[in-house]
Formats: sequence, structure tokens, C-alpha cells
Amino acid sequence: MQPTDTANPAYFHKVVDCQWACPAHTPVPEYIRLIGQGRYSDAYMVNWVSNVFPGILGRTCDRPCEPACRRARVEQSNGEHPEPVAICRLKRVAADMKDDVSRRMPKPAPRNGKRVACVGAGPASLTVARDLAPLGYAVTVFDGEAKAGGFIRTQIPRFRLPESVIDEETGYILDLGVTFKSGQRIESMQALLAQGYDAVFVGCGAPRGRDLDLPGRHEAAQNIHIGIDWLASVSFGHVTGIGKRVIVLGGGNTAMDCCRSARRLGGAEVKVIVRSGFDEMKASPWEKEDAQHEGIPIINFHVPKSFEHSNGRLTGMKFDIVRAVYDEQGRRSLVPTGEPEVLVECDDVLIAVGQENAFPWIERDSGIEFDRWGLPKLDKTTFQSTLPNVFFGGDSAFGPKNIITAVAHGHEAAVSIDRLLHGEDVRRRPDPTTNLMSTKMGIHEWSYDNDTSNDPRFKVPWAKAEMALASIRVEVELGFDAATAFKEAARCLNCDVQTVFSAPACIECDACVDVCPMDCISFTVNGDEPELRRRLKAPALNLVQDLCVSGMLKTGRVMVKDEDVCLHCGLCAERCPTGAWDMQKFLIEPTQAGPMCRDARKGSRAPEVVA
Amino acid sequence: MTYLAKPRLHHPSLTVNKVGYTRRDYEGKNSTLCAGCGHDSISAAIIQACWELDIEPHRVAKLSGIGCSSKTPDYFLGASHGFNTVHGRMPSVLTGANLANRGLLYLGISGDGDSASIGLGQFAHAMRRAVRMVYIVEDNGVYGLTKGQFSATADRGSKSKKGAINSDNPVDMIGMALQLGASYVARGFSGDKAQLVPLIKGAIGHGGAAFIDVISPCIAFNNHAGSTKCYDYVREHNEAMNRLDFITPRSEITTDYAPGEVVEVVQHDGRTLRLRKLHDSYDPTDRLAAMNHVQTHQARGEVATGLLYVDPDASDLHAALNTSANPLNALGNRELCPGAAELAKLNAALRC
Repeated sequence: MQPTDTANPAYFHKVVDCQWACPAHTPVPEYIRLIGQGRYSDAYMVNWVSNVFPGILGRTCDRPCEPACRRARVEQSNGEHPEPVAICRLKRVAADMKDDVSRRMPKPAPRNGKRVACVGAGPASLTVARDLAPLGYAVTVFDGEAKAGGFIRTQIPRFRLPESVIDEETGYILDLGVTFKSGQRIESMQALLAQGYDAVFVGCGAPRGRDLDLPGRHEAAQNIHIGIDWLASVSFGHVTGIGKRVIVLGGGNTAMDCCRSARRLGGAEVKVIVRSGFDEMKASPWEKEDAQHEGIPIINFHVPKSFEHSNGRLTGMKFDIVRAVYDEQGRRSLVPTGEPEVLVECDDVLIAVGQENAFPWIERDSGIEFDRWGLPKLDKTTFQSTLPNVFFGGDSAFGPKNIITAVAHGHEAAVSIDRLLHGEDVRRRPDPTTNLMSTKMGIHEWSYDNDTSNDPRFKVPWAKAEMALASIRVEVELGFDAATAFKEAARCLNCDVQTVFSAPACIECDACVDVCPMDCISFTVNGDEPELRRRLKAPALNLVQDLCVSGMLKTGRVMVKDEDVCLHCGLCAERCPTGAWDMQKFLIEPTQAGPMCRDARKGSRAPEVVA
Repeated sequence: MTYLAKPRLHHPSLTVNKVGYTRRDYEGKNSTLCAGCGHDSISAAIIQACWELDIEPHRVAKLSGIGCSSKTPDYFLGASHGFNTVHGRMPSVLTGANLANRGLLYLGISGDGDSASIGLGQFAHAMRRAVRMVYIVEDNGVYGLTKGQFSATADRGSKSKKGAINSDNPVDMIGMALQLGASYVARGFSGDKAQLVPLIKGAIGHGGAAFIDVISPCIAFNNHAGSTKCYDYVREHNEAMNRLDFITPRSEITTDYAPGEVVEVVQHDGRTLRLRKLHDSYDPTDRLAAMNHVQTHQARGEVATGLLYVDPDASDLHAALNTSANPLNALGNRELCPGAAELAKLNAALRC
């Protein structure tokens, strides 16, 4: 193998699994350390700069960071239940325990004369507004609802996310001198463009819930509801009750929100029924767990066949029972088992089988082209549409995803808008900001806590079930207290503190090999990667994780480090007699809109660090 | 050295051996030696060898004297018996322990100071009495604990860290062991575990006095240009006589060797030592030739390593003294106190 180029920012970035997996690349270990030190406000601001909605995301994030977390891998065959660090819930700790941070918010710069319109007040638009308003842009956000937040406000039930948190975090953005035109749904793109905005950002989400056109759908319409519309009505208080027996169709997170909401509005017998198998459901595992925890059964391999009704009232639904069959390519098809169809009686049905984008308000002759799925044709890195000053982001760009992805889109679109309005090529993207600094303080002292915790993951306390189920406004999860947060934060392995190896300093004494608790380090003759991976001190079978290979050493061998299960405990560096190993903190931050993203201030290159 | 204990977490693929332990279970306490000390590598090699041989830790006694090397038994086999003796007296305490309980595996850990200076006589007599043990000298040619004076194994003409030239001749422990009748004599290098681990395994399985001189660079005081015990010098001058694969009767042979490349030495207990020859003319079962060969290399400034001599029919002190086949702690009252009649018989036999 060629020596690893650790000067490429992507190499060490990838070692920080959580940050690499996060669409917004939030520096997770950095803020977890701050939480461990009780510096909640600092931890909050690290989050705020990167993901804009720490309090909201700390309760609702899809947390792609957690399945990526190294902690779960190192606990394999070391404990009963290998689990990642509770990153998401620690983020909430920072938000809950911080002091008043309003004075830390950026001050709007003098106006630069440029006007930007954002369509929709969801996370993508608000991120664009947050990035651009402090730079002097006059940002106007339009939304059809009375308050900002978009789907954050209408979709996520209050028992998961109190409204006060939404008010606070959308407020920080609107207070940056953003003009919020509430109750103004944009009905015509051409009319909007005619108002002479320098740039338009479309962050209107994927607002149309998919329907199921089955026999009986029309006749029993009164008791059949589209999930996301129903959730919005619940959120605004238009709906306060539901029948006793409720079927929720669909296996995504919206279905989980629907069933748990129904459970709180009088649904004594709520069932989730899905076409696919339980394991293939789109919902996050923890959301499925939460639903089951509240006594809601999830019935799988049932394909809806018809809505049954009598006298205009829904009486139940019929399902075919199927099983999954995989062909040679691993493609799944659902094949009837031949068992008789099943009738499930019910009073109401909530359909949560997906969302679609809808742009009826964008005239097809406005210069914005759409593909055959009805999505705008966009540049995948700049989010620019075929009309150069119109950008898309969030669910409206590439279809429904999640909040953190919308935030990431918003940052990138803001960079594009900032560059476009400074007359620069939007396709040239700024390098991320990186910093690599030794954490060495003394022979055995590091500026991070390198003593690896042996604690298993701590559980977040819940409100008592009878209280939680009695009202839709009682928050179920109570959040960690400070003492538990400290212990959970200690589970973080500080993967951003990198093991940096210097081949010229190495005397090949084997001290690091002997002391490494995870057998990550080998000194061996070089070879091809697949073969090399098998003959290391411990086989490196996780191909997603890189090998760090040094240049040739004096004996003709190379040092190979498998990044997979490194604890970042720093023992290799403590045992190294020559300082060939050092523990260096790597901080990488994507460059946001502002002077740093422009050519005049900083060298740029074609984008390559795209996770 | 490190302040932190090595984390309990281990690699997910770590496996257990036949007696149910992982390699990590054979570790000891945190090493307090200097960072990069060769001795720590030797500890790691002992851990590896014991794990591979499925040795039960509670059936091992590790004894040592005084010095950096003699501290190391604390850093491996934490669940074994240990005895830290007076300076240089490990061999006699070990001899006594061995006579009392022949059922244990004896690891004698010593250094060049402990064995070649103050304990030279002890070393000599343990070898000539053929005490069944693995005698490991962690040889760095320097007194590390007293900050870098030449030890008795430092080569004549080698340079200290401060620049002084050694004018004394070295004690040649390999040569002495061969002369005194050690039946397994090897030299290893702490920087080459691929060679060292099989040498230790071979010594553990050996039926007599097994001596291994392990060159172990002292990072703090003897790893500079001009030293003959530093990493660079040993690597440049290392002449390996052979490569040892230690093979028990049960294990299957998986490596293919070209004909004439291999010497197999079947020991008295049926275990086979399989040696890959690196020097055609070298016969490790010929004591006189081995002495010659080692001396020849030494005269050229080379460091001969590998299994230098092995006597396949080795016997030990117990055989010579015709002692009880059982350890003393396993003998019952009747064997220990055979009664007045037996005493009378014995007395009668001694009268002329």
C-alpha cells in the first residue's frame, strides 16, 4: 500500500466517525468534551454554529452519528449490549443546561444592499437566513403558517418536542434582522422573482402526504387521514380526539409519530401495520422501540387491500399476508403466503406511507427545470437550479430526508448565494477549516481525558407512562441530569484526538504494539491492502475503516494502524520513547458563507470532501 | 511507562485458548519501566508464548532478582506465583522451589547485572545442576537503575552514553551456559518477537536448564551510536542461525519446507522442535560445534541469534537426585513419615 496521506483533511475527518456521518459535520467530540467540563453554553454554541438547532435536534435528530459511533464497535464482545455514545441526548443536555446565550449571537453587519428571499420557514430556509443575515444580506422568509419552523413545528408531536424549544431556536435566527412574512404562502415563483430579489432559496419541504387509493378509500374518507396533515392538525389543536381503535399504515418515523399521538388522543388500541418486515422499516430503531414501549404493536408483512365500511363509516381494513423473497441480486419482492386475507377492525386509519414534493406554484416556464420525478434539476453540491439565482434545499431539493440534512443543504446553499452575489463561481467550493494540534501537556498528561470509561450507555429517564400517555403535551423523555451527562460524556472516545505517527522518529521498539489494548498497531512488511488486512496483529476486517500506513522504516517494514477500534487512549504515545506517536486534536469545520468562503480570502479547489 | 492502567476493552476478535483465557488474561500490572524499554517487549513475548501454549497461569512460578529486568515479572502473568529474591539469588531460590514443587513451570527472570555480576556464581551452579527452568537474561549491557554504567556484559570498546569507552572484557553468558551444561541455549532480540516467542516456547517445553540471552536495548542509557546493545547495532549485526517453529506432537504441520531446509529435533517427551536452517553448516545439537560457531561470529562482531544449542535428551536435577515423582505438597503423611521401621532400615543400610 502507498503511505497514507494524512495531510488530506478527509483522512482524519473520516476517523471522527460521528462527524463524518453527520451531514452538517458537527464536531461532536469537541462539544461532548465541553459538556463533560460543564461548559454547556460553549457546547451549545459549537452546536449552534454547525447545526443551528441544537435543542430541537437534541430531541428529534435522525442521528446518523450514532450508528457510526466507534464506541459501539469497541464494545463488541466486551459487554452485553454494545452501544454508541448517546450523542443526540448529550446535545440536548447542552441546550437544556446552558445559560442565556442571546448575547453570544452574531450581530447583523451593515446591510450590503443584497436581498434574498427564502420560501418556507423550515430548517433549510432558516439555516440560509442564519448564515446570510449576519453578513449584511436583507433576508426575507415567507411561510404560510403563523410561526416559523415548518415541519419541525407542524409534524413533530409536542410530547417529543416542546413548542418553547422551537420558539427559542427559531427566535435566535429571526432576531438576526431577518424579515419573517408569516401567513404568506408563495403562490407564484414568477411573482416572487418579479420582486427583484438577488437570490431566491426554496426550502418549502415535501408537503404532500402520499395517499393509498384502495377500494373504500372514498366511501370511508371521513375516518381516513393523511398522516402529516393529521399531525399538523393535532399540532395546531384542530384535532383533539380519535377513535378507540386506530390503524397506522406505514413504517417510517411519521408513522411512529402518528401512532404515539393517536395513543394520547383516545386511541386505546393503536396498531402499526406495515408491508415490509420489521427490520426493513424506515423508522429509526429507537423510534420503533419508543412506540412499542407505549404498548403499540407493530404488525409486519401485511399489504393493505381495502378499506371496509358500512353506512359511510369505516369498520376495518383487509390485508394480504406476504413474505419477503430475495432474488440473486438481493432484490426483495413480497410474495403472498397463500394464507387467507385478514380483517382488522378499526375506527380510524392514519396513512403515513411517504411524502412527495409538490411545486404547483412554480411556473414551468420560469426557467426552473424539473426532472421526471417532479424534482428540480439541481447541481448536487451548489444546490443551484437551472435558473442561476434560484437555489433549493432541504426536502424540496432531493426529496424527504431529515432536519440535519436540511441544515447541511442550507449551509451549502448559503455559500453558493454568497459567492454568486460576489460575482464568484459557485462551483468552486471553499476548503474546510482544519487544525491539528498536539494535546501533550507533560509525560503522561494530555489536554483531554484519555482514561477510557468502562460504563455501558446510560438510559435517558422517561416520564411515568400514565402521565405521558394522558396528554399530548407532556414531554416523554426527561433528558439526562448533569451527573449522568458527565458519565455519558466520558464514554466518548475522543476520536478527534488523532494518533499521529512520524516514521523518521520511530526506532521500531514495539512498545506501542505491546501496550495497545485493541491490537490496532502492527509493524510488518508492506503488501496489497486485502492481503495486508488479514495478517495484521488483529485482522482488519471492517473495510469501511481505513488503514494508516507509514512510509518505509529502517528495517524495511512499515507501520500499519487499523483505525477501526482505536480507543484514542494515547497509550501508544505515552509508551513511545521517541515521540514518534503523538496525540493531536484534529478540528475540521466546513467553511460557511462569509469572507472565508470567497476566493479573495482563501484558496479554493474543486470539492472533494463530500461525505 | 504509563500512569493509566491499560483499558480493559480488547479487540472484538480476541480469542480464548484451550484453557479458556485470552491473551490479555496473561498480562500483569502496568509497567513502570521507561517508555520503549526492550524489557517490556520481552514481557509481551512471554505473554504471547504462554497464551499460545495454553499454560494455566496458576501453574507458573516466576522468580527474579533485583534490577530493571527483575521488576518485569510484575508486568506479565498477573495470576501466577511470584518471588522477588535478593540481588543475584534468583537461581538458588528457584532451585529450592523447584525441588519442593516440581509440578510448576519455573520462569527465572534476570538481567545482565543480576546474573553476570552479583549473581554470576548462582547462574553458573543452576546451569551445571540442570535445574529445569526457563532462565531469561534481559541483557542491555548497562546498569540502567544507577544511570548508565557499563555492566559485565558490555562489549570491550563499546561507548557509554557519556562517551566513556569500556576497557573490560565482557562476560559471555552464552559461552558459559554452553560450557556449564545448559541443555537449551538460545539468544534472542527484544526487537524481533517473531524469533523470540518460539524460542521462549521451546524453552518452556524443554526438559532441562534452558537459558535465553535476550538482547534488550536500554532506551534511556544504551541506545546510542557506539553502543553494541542498541537497536541499530543489533539489527545490523544480527546473524540468525535458524528460525524455530515450536511444534507439539498434536499440532499439524502447515508450513512447507524445501528438503534439507529443516532440522527436526525430537525431545525426550516426544515434542518436536522444528528448525528452519539459515546457516547450512550449523548443527544445533552439537555442543562443541555450537561453541565454536558462536565464538567465530562473535569475533567478527556479529551477534549470533536463534536456537544455538539443544540437547534432545536433556535431563534435570530431579532425575540426578532421584527425587519423588510428586511435588512435596502432594505427598501424604505416610510418604513423609514412613515410620520407625523404615528409619531403622535406612540406618542399617548406611552402616558399613
